[in-house]
Amino acid sequence: MTQVPPILRVEDLKVHFPTGRGGFGRRGAIRAVDGVSFSIARGKTLALVGESGCGKSTTGFAVLMLQRPTAGRVVFDDVDLCGLDGATLRRARRRLQIVFQDSAASLNPRMPIGDIVAEALDIHGLHPGRARPQRIRRLFDLVGLAGHLVERYPHELSGGQAQRVAICRALAVEPELIVCDEPVSALDVSIQAQIVNLLQDLQRELALTYIFISHDLSVVRHVSDQVAVMYLGKIVELGDKETIYRTPLHPYTKALMSAVPIPDPDLERARQRVILSGDLPNPANPPSGCRFRTRCPIAIAACAETDPPPHAVSAGHWVKCIRVV
Amino acid sequence: MTAAPLLRVRNLCTEFATDQGVVRAVDGVSFDLADGEVIGLVGESGSGKSVTALSIMRLVPEPPGRVTADEITFDGLDLRRMSEAEAREIRGARIAMIFQDPMKSLNPVLTIGRQLTETLRRHLKLDGQAARRRAVELLDMVGIPSAESRLAAYPHQFSGGMRQRVMIAIALSCNPRLLIADEATTALDVTIQAQIIDLVKRLTRELGTAVIWISHDLGVIAGMCDRVNVMYAGRIAETGPIRELFYRPSHGYTLGLMGSTPRLDGAGQDRLTPIDGLPPNLIDPIPLCPFLPRCRFALDDCRNRPPPDRDVGPQHRASCFADLTGHWRQAAT
Repeated sequence: MTQVPPILRVEDLKVHFPTGRGGFGRRGAIRAVDGVSFSIARGKTLALVGESGCGKSTTGFAVLMLQRPTAGRVVFDDVDLCGLDGATLRRARRRLQIVFQDSAASLNPRMPIGDIVAEALDIHGLHPGRARPQRIRRLFDLVGLAGHLVERYPHELSGGQAQRVAICRALAVEPELIVCDEPVSALDVSIQAQIVNLLQDLQRELALTYIFISHDLSVVRHVSDQVAVMYLGKIVELGDKETIYRTPLHPYTKALMSAVPIPDPDLERARQRVILSGDLPNPANPPSGCRFRTRCPIAIAACAETDPPPHAVSAGHWVKCIRVV
Repeated sequence: MTAAPLLRVRNLCTEFATDQGVVRAVDGVSFDLADGEVIGLVGESGSGKSVTALSIMRLVPEPPGRVTADEITFDGLDLRRMSEAEAREIRGARIAMIFQDPMKSLNPVLTIGRQLTETLRRHLKLDGQAARRRAVELLDMVGIPSAESRLAAYPHQFSGGMRQRVMIAIALSCNPRLLIADEATTALDVTIQAQIIDLVKRLTRELGTAVIWISHDLGVIAGMCDRVNVMYAGRIAETGPIRELFYRPSHGYTLGLMGSTPRLDGAGQDRLTPIDGLPPNLIDPIPLCPFLPRCRFALDDCRNRPPPDRDVGPQHRASCFADLTGHWRQAAT
């Protein structure tokens, strides 16, 4: 096949956090991310979705080496980031940026926002000297921040403006890939829509690639090309957006979709909900075999035996469930 | 004869004194709630939804707050003139409330059993044994497995969803006539949210409890409520029965909210239509429509005088000059 090689390829990524019980207690590990694989084409958006504790943010952090993976490969533009030393990694990082949910907390409260953006340029030695103010003005323009705000401090901004600053800082170093970690979750819907549209516009203009981490499946439908559904450290289903939303196959994906409320009273009241029983199992001691089986409405005895392998349903759509044939 | 509503609120205003000036958090809110009815208060941060509920419950600290109203009648009682002691008798017993973060409402150093029986002993005057028996029934009712043994557990030993179930058990323990739920499912994961909504719907229907359901999520409101008040800048921008409001939105802000909200089914949305700008500062007086600076549908009238509270359909009113009929979506059925 003569496909364009993906900009990012993640292979069997694992992030385990040791849980030292001290003394003579057994040492275990929380397998926050446990064998995650996906790839993204340049200029596209892959969404990592799932509920609290599924490992979506940890996956995002591990891709950027903000959290060193326990195992696996993160191949960005043909280079495995896991093998890079500090200095080389720092150079590579210019091309990979991140935007967090709580942008106010990710901005230095003692710095005017113009300086916050300038700092990112300093770190990578970009646009020094006279060109600097003009560059910052251009960046502010790009994200829809009024130029006179450069002197303002983060606490003087609204939530939406703070998120624009965070995006501005990420864009300052001209990255190719941005990990957006719940970038609109803390915002009111009217502001959320502004930021969603901004991210989409920027992607088109600058050919950006996004990893969009979110628990909100309605937002994800809007922004993504591919969707990976995670549960307890594993991707249980991956496919292009239309396929996942029209014909979800994994019982967890189905339950997740059916639980999301739709702002339409007739539709909402006519829906068949799959109400999952119980809570997420303890990640330090996940169920054997398929990790979803304890809450799965269609689990059988065999589900406890082996971790289901990915089963390709169609091109680019796979699901990990032995009940899906 | 029309039955008197369970709750009647007229011209509720709540202000807070701050260093910058007086903030009008709630500005002339009026509505009725019938027995057993579920009404939604929807709006964004700072729209006054929570303060409306707290003011009704007499939970706004004065000072810095100041609550005034022409009328707040609950079940024939004038809540404004009640002494603090009388108000305390009503709260928890006849009006109950659940909040977004159950960890903050539950006492971390008392067992679940103790917190449940406390309410039962205080309001229903049950003795220790009867209270304990009732507590087990209640935990059972909200779907907490092996209720008997869970009475000895502490809040931190429960998951977020389980804690919210405990809060619901406590709230419904005295058979209240009114339950106020303030963003009760906002902090929960969607699959857990679905469980909790399902539970509240079933129990309040069985017990005939009226509900004020406060949420920023139009989807949750659509599935939960009989009627909706859309709030903006401390005022009710639009009120109507659920289908009226969703299929015939008649205020620029309601339409703006709907256009901004991404839908799981992606219906009719290639691109979201955000609302430009930011909500107004509630310290400055707002003589015209508070949504005017952000409204896509503003007319000349909007710039000259305050909007009328217009009847736009059966029990459906909107404070808006604009005719938005051209923007209505078709109902799905």
